[in-house]
Parts: sequence; C-alpha cells; structure tokens
Amino acid sequence: MNRTVFPHKLLPWLLVTPQLAITVIFFYWPAAQAFRQSMLREDAFGLSTSFVGFSNFRRVLSDPNYLNALQVTVIFSILVAFCAMSIALFLAVQAEKIVRGKGFYRTMMIWPYAVAPAIAGMLWLFMFNPSFGTLAWPLRQLGIAWNPLLDGEQAMGLVVAASTWKQISYNFLFFVAGLQAIPRSLQEAAAVDGASRRHAFWTIVFPLLAPTTFFLLVVNTVYALFDTFGIIHAVTGGGPGKSTETLVYKVYNDGFVNLIMGDSAAQSVILMVIVIGLTAFQFRFIERRVHYG
Amino acid sequence: MAHILLKELRKSYAGQEVIHGVSMDIADGEFVVIVGPSGCGKSTLLRMVAGLEGITAGTIEIGGRVVNDLEPRDRDIAMVFQNYALYPHMSVRENMAYGLKISKMPKPEIEQRVARAATMLELEPYLDRKPRALSGGQRQRVAMGRALVREPSALLLDEPLSNLDAKLRVQMRLQIKDMHLRTGQTTLYVTHDQVEAMTLADRLIVMNKGIAEQIATPSEVYRTPASEFVAGFIGSPAMNIFTIRAEAGTAILPGGHRLAIAGIPASGEVRLGLRPEDLEVTDADTASIPIDLRSVEHLGADAFGYGVIVGSDILLTLRLPGTSTAQRGDRLNVAPFPGRLHLFSIETGKRI
Repeated sequence: MNRTVFPHKLLPWLLVTPQLAITVIFFYWPAAQAFRQSMLREDAFGLSTSFVGFSNFRRVLSDPNYLNALQVTVIFSILVAFCAMSIALFLAVQAEKIVRGKGFYRTMMIWPYAVAPAIAGMLWLFMFNPSFGTLAWPLRQLGIAWNPLLDGEQAMGLVVAASTWKQISYNFLFFVAGLQAIPRSLQEAAAVDGASRRHAFWTIVFPLLAPTTFFLLVVNTVYALFDTFGIIHAVTGGGPGKSTETLVYKVYNDGFVNLIMGDSAAQSVILMVIVIGLTAFQFRFIERRVHYG
Repeated sequence: MAHILLKELRKSYAGQEVIHGVSMDIADGEFVVIVGPSGCGKSTLLRMVAGLEGITAGTIEIGGRVVNDLEPRDRDIAMVFQNYALYPHMSVRENMAYGLKISKMPKPEIEQRVARAATMLELEPYLDRKPRALSGGQRQRVAMGRALVREPSALLLDEPLSNLDAKLRVQMRLQIKDMHLRTGQTTLYVTHDQVEAMTLADRLIVMNKGIAEQIATPSEVYRTPASEFVAGFIGSPAMNIFTIRAEAGTAILPGGHRLAIAGIPASGEVRLGLRPEDLEVTDADTASIPIDLRSVEHLGADAFGYGVIVGSDILLTLRLPGTSTAQRGDRLNVAPFPGRLHLFSIETGKRI
C-alpha cells in the first residue's frame, strides 16, 4: 500500500482540528471546570465563592445518601449490563436461525435505539404508572400489588427494564455482526465432531464472540452509569425515597435542583475516576481472556 | 469402519432439483472420490452424507443403519473441510481432542490417541500452538488429525487440498493415500482435480449437473468413459472429440476423410473421441487422418502437437515422443490405435 505523505506540517493538524476542538470543548474543558468547582464553595445566592480544598470530597464521601447512591448504581449497572447483553445475545442467535424475513426482524429489533432516553422513559411510564399505566391494571388483576411510586424494588425493576429495553437494540446489532463473522463451517465442524447445538454454542461460538462481548461490556457499563439519566429522570425521578437515585442522577439533583455546586462537582469528579478505573480494570483483567480471531 | 449405501439420493432447493438420484454401494474400507466441475453437486452430495444438508428423497445407510434423519453427530462420521474449520481459540491439541471430550472418552485414552495422530502427521512440535500460528500445510494436517482421532465409520473430505500450493498438494496427496492404506477407513473424497481423483480413488463418481455420469475404477473411467462428458473431463490434455458422419460402416471425418471404424452405426452422425496418446503418426498410404501442425509443445519426456484436420477447422491434440522433430507447418498423417477410440451418441452423449 502506498503511504500518502502530506507536503507540509500544518495540514495534518488542520485535518484533526475539528475532532480535537470537539474533544477539548465538550470533554476536557467541562472536566477541568468540574475539577475547579469541586474545590470551591459557593454561597446560597451564588454571589461569592471560596476555595475549600478537598473538603467537598470529604463531605460527599461521608454522606450516607452518597453511599446509598453508590450501592444503587452498582446494582442498577450490573442488572442493566447483564440483562441488556444476555437478552440481545439470545435474540441475535435466534435471528440467525430465521430463514424468511430476516431483514424485517432485524430492522424491528434496531428501532428502539432510535428512541431518545427520555421518550423511552415516558413510554414505560405510560405503560406502568400505577394510576394511568396501560399495564398497571392487568398487573393488579394478576394479584401483584403494583405500585412503583411506593415500592422501591418495583421502581428499580421498572427503570432497569426501560434501560435494558433501550440498550438491547445496540447490543443486538453488534452481536449479529459478531455472529456473522464466525464461519459457518466451524459450527458444522462442531456438529460433525459430535457437539449438540448448545454445547457448540458455549464452546465455539461464545468464545469466538468474546471480542464483541468485551466491547459491549465496556459500552454497556458506561451506558448504565451515564446515559440512563433520561430514563430515570422521566420514570422515577430517583424515587421513591432515594431507591433509584444513581450517582449521575445525584450529581444532577445536588447541582441543579439543590444548587450545591461544590458537592455536585466533587461527585462528578469521583464518578469520572470510577469510570476511568472501571474501564482500565476491564481492559487490564478481562481483555486478557479475549481471543481476537 | 463401515460400508455406505446411497440409494436414489435426491436434493432440491426451493423446488429446483440439484441432485438427481445418485445411487452407490461403497464397500468397507473403500476410497471413493467424487469428482466433477464446480457446481456439479459433488460437495452437496458429501454434505448430505455428513448430515449437514437435508435429503429430499432416497436413503443413506452407514454401517447398515439408515441415517437419513440423524443429526451429523449421531452418524459416526468425521469430516475435513475445505477451509479446515479449525477452532481458532483452541490449541492443536484441543482441536483434536474436542470430539473425543464430547464423547466422554477417558482422559488417558484421549491423550494417547492425540499423541498417536500427532506422530503420524508429524504435528508433535505444534501441539500447543493455535491454528493461526501454523502454515497452510500444517493446518491441513491438523484437520486430518482431528478427523482421524475419532476413528469414525466413515471419513469425509471436502476438497481438502485445494487451498495448498502445488508442491504441498502432491505431498499431502501421497500422505492421504498412505494414511488410507494404514487405517483402512471408508473414505469419501470430493475434488475437482482429476489428478487427485485418479491417483487416490479405488472408485470414482464423476458428477455432472447433479447426475452421477459414471461410477467406476479410475482406469475404467479413463479407458471406457461412459459418456462424452466423462471423456472430456478426465484426461489431460483433454480427449479430442468431434462429430463424424457414418456411411455404410465407414466414417466420414471433417474435411471429407474416410476411415474404417469398427462398431460404427450404419448411418447418421456420431461423436468420435480420440485420446492424444492413442494417435500414431503413420505414412500417407495407410488409412489415416492428415493434419497440419499448428504448434508443438515440448515437455521433455513428451511433446504435444496441436494441428487441424486438413480441410476443416477441427483441432486435434496428439502426443509425440519427446525426441520428435515435428514442427509447426508440418503435415502429419495420424491413425488411431484400433480399439482405442470412443463413440458417443449425439443425442444422449452416452457411449455407444
């Protein structure tokens, strides 16, 4: 292959400038702002600020509400990532078996991804709101005391379901692509070697999907941590009590509702550190087991 | 080890029949090669035996058991795929042991069998490598090993050598032949390469458009091809085949030359087939075909002459001795060896 060599030094920089500008303006600058703000304390009217060092962090980390949000986030993220990935994988495997209408089925599967998180949240709210939800009444008829506005576990179930539903499409797409990249002859070889379909799936297909699965694990974790804000905001607003208040929701709540900017900034810095740490961990320890074909 | 019986096998895709009733009785330990041009249905036939393709009609018996509706894993067969289909995330050892582990064979026996196959195929140094760290020839041997360790009733090979370079292909061909002699495994082997077909087979199935044109030993197929297709497909350079007219027991060749041919019909047109090596250069006095040489290719031991029959545009290939001094522009008289010519019906293509 021929390498294209640009004649002068400026042009390459010029070409990457748009991307760099976006990254700097929308990622690094706000992050730096959060860092700065996390060290400041603002008075109730926003008239004066003073430098307080790490005392915001100290207060946040000793706050039982914060530790509750941490626990909620861990449960919520694990549930969402696991459900979204396993259901998507199951559907992708089933979609592979379809002979007629494959394209239609796939298109239908991908649609939910086009729905904005807040809209998806509203959709689930309309279905499951205890007073006007379409499915709330049938649930009560089945003898289930359905009331996510009072029952924290039901509320958690609802936001997990809504968040999972929305992410399945994305995962499905990648799993379908991953499955297609596995040569058919490998499964045929396994069939001839005496493997049942289930055995062949777990010993041949699943290990070969590992790169896709790993990628999705990282993406889904980040999704569950951040992008589910819209859904939680629309469906439960973090309630009842604080039973569905995740870290990112608490950042919003403390900063923009309670107007404690210092605490909110400190929380978002902690959240950033958590995500960086988690992703580093995933690459360091889980990626080792991934076999790239 | 088992004998395989194919009875009137048919296969249709969406109403379109692609295999039109193939029957064959394969003896225990026999090496049968399915050969034909691409798209003739040879791989489909093999995959039907393996159970990877459904059967539309007919029966397949392996070892006296009808296997029509059995899954591949219940048929007691092993298969070598064209692209080898090695499990990329497993070492060579794990690849070979995969099927044995599934059959719940005790560990020491698995190890013993893998070791034995590895020795036979000279794979010992590579047992702990992943397939991607192997060369094409080594991968091919691993695929063979994976099939052999299971000691199946029947071994199926789908163009196993087509991804190798020419030199390696010859080596592996000899190795496969040797292995078959040692293990005595009933083997079905698909190829489009007639050299592989001729050298490996106890018997050949020559397929064309989903029909078994001829099922016979390689030498029978070569000496008495059952149809014009078989005659043209087997043999290199290809047999000369052209249309002649019969008149009162003599043949009128293109260009108006007369030749006495035994067994020719009283009248009408037929196709005459002459192998390049069955043509002899004679003098003009005897009954012969005059040709104008267009070119001569010297291959060392042999030479091939290409010429047209005088008065026509029919091209004839003939084998000349390597010492021949014939050259472009010469006029030669050639006569077929009696008893070595082939007649085929124009309508059916079948041998007369």
